[in-house]
Parts: sequence; structure tokens; C-alpha cells
Amino acid sequence: MTNTEKLIATFSDALTLDASKVTDALTYQSIPEWDSISHMVLISRLEEAFDVSIDTDDVIDMSSVAKAKEILKKYNVSF
Amino acid sequence: MVIEDYIQIPPYSLARAEKEPSMVVLLNELHALHVDRCDAYRKVSEVIFGGIKKISSSDQLPFIPVSMFKTHELKSIADGSVYKVLTSSGTTGSIPSRIFLDQQTASLQSLALSKIMTHMLGNSRLPMLIIDSQSVLKDRNTFSARGAGILGMSIFGKNHTYLLDDAFEIDMGALEKFAEQFNGQKMLLFGFTFMVWKYLFEQSGIALDLSKAILIHSGGWKKMNELAVDNDVFKSELNKKFGLQHVYNFYGMVEQVGSVYIENEKGFLHCPNFSDIIIRNPVDFSVQKNGEEGLIQVISALPRSYPGHSILTEDIGVCMGEDDLSWKGKYFRILGRAKKADLRGCSDTFAQSA
Repeated sequence: MTNTEKLIATFSDALTLDASKVTDALTYQSIPEWDSISHMVLISRLEEAFDVSIDTDDVIDMSSVAKAKEILKKYNVSF
Repeated sequence: MVIEDYIQIPPYSLARAEKEPSMVVLLNELHALHVDRCDAYRKVSEVIFGGIKKISSSDQLPFIPVSMFKTHELKSIADGSVYKVLTSSGTTGSIPSRIFLDQQTASLQSLALSKIMTHMLGNSRLPMLIIDSQSVLKDRNTFSARGAGILGMSIFGKNHTYLLDDAFEIDMGALEKFAEQFNGQKMLLFGFTFMVWKYLFEQSGIALDLSKAILIHSGGWKKMNELAVDNDVFKSELNKKFGLQHVYNFYGMVEQVGSVYIENEKGFLHCPNFSDIIIRNPVDFSVQKNGEEGLIQVISALPRSYPGHSILTEDIGVCMGEDDLSWKGKYFRILGRAKKADLRGCSDTFAQSA
């Protein structure tokens, strides 16, 4: 599985959302499934999936799928 | 300066000479916005405050009594833009406050809170023990003040563990697992003051080493005072039982989420750059000097979706000083709630105007 596939699977699983809806353009709070509660679930699943520890600033900054990729790159995950 | 940039400044770095000009600009913008979009705020501003258009110092800003959030639907956005409604827990039988948030105000609040908390906790998220039950988060669209507080603080934690199960009994399984993994490590504890005392202190029943833990707690001292437990006793008892050394109380309200006042090095509550307090004489609402008690007016540069940028609370407090500690800004302490009878005249005046 590539990192992009892993990212999509993690989003889909954490937000209980069909994988086809997980696109770069998907933004935080634009759909009921991605609210402040599921956001914390998402963060913890991303940490497990990519074996990283995400800082507070980045939790707040993670406002879209595209942004999630950008942030994970800082933690040496390549896309 | 726009609020998004102003929030980025380290939260306790601005002394009055720098803070006041920025706040006056931000508050003038908010005042104009709410006069324009919220009828009740405009009426209060016209009838009680002479229709002031522009302020030149923050103490000229109109304020609305906190009780108006119970009696009026105070909103400065269209119904379709409401993203979340926060409600105050309130006492049984009383009408709760309702606070309408759009996405912009919600995200400003969460950013502001994060600036304060990362200042205390650092940027690494810490294992987090929440002294409450997850059941308070059940309804995702309408959060109680308690739910909103827990959710807001969750950002700073990981491995979130709730001390209580849905029946509000100690979840021994969860607690043991948490202790096994994190005992003696740096961790974050969060809860309401009374819950921390009643459950963590009195009932948790297992040996926890919290010597490196940071406890952040809020919710008022009314119930605690009935038990004759003040802040000093609270801290020393938690220290004796768990070795807990870092305990910070904070003052905040559902009407101004994000603008919290956290305990400083002297044990007083401290205003961050984007919030302020003014102590007002309960009879004529004039500004009290430092050291004189009065009603606490809370000012925040954050609320855009509802007119909550300037609120007269029902709490009595005293401003203890300003700009003379390592943190800049005013600091104060709370003496308790104002007497009902003293507030009635005030709220009637406002209610009639709006």
C-alpha cells in the first residue's frame, strides 16, 4: 500500500466515510462526518498508521486532506 | 491588525501601551459588526450607552449582562451559518444560555485556546486523563459547557482516557490501563474543579504518581467552598495524595469560549492579549481601581457570530495588578457570585431596552 492509499484508508476509517469522498479538496468541518470529535480520532489513527506523533499546532492546522499530506511530510512521510 | 494575526502574538507578551491600541481597533470593528447585525445589541448600545459609534479606550465599550444570553437569542449571523450551538449547564429549572457559533468564530476560539494552552503545556500533546464521563459529549450538535470544555481541551492530549464510565462510576479498567502506561510521566489532567475533587481525589482509589502531571481545572468554587476547600487546600491535598505539583485553575465561560483566564505564578487569573477584564462598581457601573471589588466585565476580541465581545458577568472580582509580572496583562481574583437582589435592577434595565 502506498502512503497515499494508507492516508485515504485512514481518513475513510476514522471519519466513517466512503474512500471515494477522501480527496485533497475535502476540508475539515465541511461535512458532518469530519467534526471536532472525529478530528481527534483521525489524528490518533494517523499517528498509528504512520508511526508519528503530531504536535498540537499541526492538529489545529490540519484543515484538509491536502494539508494533512503537507503536515505528514514534515514528519518524514513521503507522498 | 486583524484578529487572526493578533492571536499569533505570544499570549502574555503585550503591556497596556501596546495592547490597548490593538484592542481598540479590534473592538471597534466588532462593535460596528454587532450593531449592524444584532438588533438586541444595537438596542442596548443605543438605549444604555447613548449609541456610541466609536470607542477610544476599551472601558467605553458597551457591555451586555450575561443573563441576556438566556433571555434573548443573540446572533449576528444568518440561521444558515450556525455551525454549533453551545449551551450553559445552568442549574435545574433555569433557562440555559445559548451561544451561536459559525465556523470562523469556532476556529478563532480554538486557536486562541491553543495559544494559551501550548504556552503552559508545550507543543507536544500529552497523555490525557479526563476527569469526567464521555457521555457528556453525546449530542454532537449541541454541546453543554462541560462538553465544549472537554472537547476544546482534547486537542492538547493523546491516549484520551475518561476516568468515569457512562454511569459516572470510576472506570477502574481504564484508569489502571492509563496508570500502567503513563504513571510518573508528563501527562495532562483536565476536569471541572468539583469533579476532580469528588472523583479523582476522593474516589479514584489507586496509587497514581502524578508528580510530572499538569492539572488544568475550572468550573468555580461554589461547591468547593461548601466543603471548605479553597484553592490552597485543593492544591496541597492533591500534592499530598498524588505528588501533583502543577495545578492551574482557569476562569472561562461558555459565552466566551477560548478567552480563558488561567492561573499565573502568583495564583491569580491572568488576561491574555486578546482578552481583558474591567471591574465595575455594581451600583453605577463605573470602573473600579485595582484592589476594589466589583462586577467583572469580560472583553474578548474573538466573538464575531454573536455579540459576546463585551459581557458583564454576575461574578464579583478584584483586579490585583497589571504588567508587573513575567506575564504582561491584568490579573485578578474572583470573590464569588453577586447577590441576586443586586443584579435584578441591572438585568431589568437591560431587558427593557432590548
